[in-house]
Amino acid sequence: MSTSPVSSNDEAQQRRSFILVVCCTIIGAAAQVLIKKGADGLGSNATVVQAALAMLFNPPLFAGYAMYGVSTVLLVLALRHGQLSLLYPVFAMTYVWVTILSVLIFHDSMNGFKLAGIATIVGGIAVLGKGSSA
Amino acid sequence: MNGTPWSSVGWVLAASFVGSFGALFLKIGAGKLGKSIASVATNWRLMLGIAFYLFSSVLFVMGVRKGELSVLYPMVSLGSVWTLFWARLVLGEPLTRPKFVALGMILCGIALLGLGTR
Repeated sequence: MSTSPVSSNDEAQQRRSFILVVCCTIIGAAAQVLIKKGADGLGSNATVVQAALAMLFNPPLFAGYAMYGVSTVLLVLALRHGQLSLLYPVFAMTYVWVTILSVLIFHDSMNGFKLAGIATIVGGIAVLGKGSSA
Repeated sequence: MNGTPWSSVGWVLAASFVGSFGALFLKIGAGKLGKSIASVATNWRLMLGIAFYLFSSVLFVMGVRKGELSVLYPMVSLGSVWTLFWARLVLGEPLTRPKFVALGMILCGIALLGLGTR
């Protein structure tokens, strides 16, 4: 693998990686919603072993972790050509999607804190995105 | 923090710490990715990264059984702080000002979401 200084080719690749991680976060958010559903059904006295078994036999948990698997494959592909310190914080987009999904699916309320949070996270990721192409 | 026991906080912080090693090893493994499926399966760095992630997930599930998600979810994001350290220490990636600014904004945003979810 070449480690040539930044060229326009590297830039395009860095940008592709960035977009790939954003895709990961959409899948990851759907996974989190499913995992929370599964964890709720687990009961509060489950042991580590029971939690691990539930990952295989509890349908929402299993589906959630399967989607995590898909998003992990995409993440690995993205990490091939990008800096970890640039790409990993983009994972915070997951929080934005989870918040939006919760409003749409579970009819959670939207409020000022949530809107401010979403705006701040998206702003932070925009700063990273600018950095990834600079 | 009313409904969130310290044990849950401990589980989730441990999950974020373990998860940051997952990110690190996925990155190292991704750099050594071959073309064939077999080379993926024998890429021990990648497998170690996935193992760290799985372990981290179990810790996270243990944490969210009790307590408020509005408190626990934001804590997972501390994993990206650890990850930034490993990227610098192990991978030698430059830590530029935009990265710090962005991470600061992201963590603030996540904390705001937590407040809004209460």
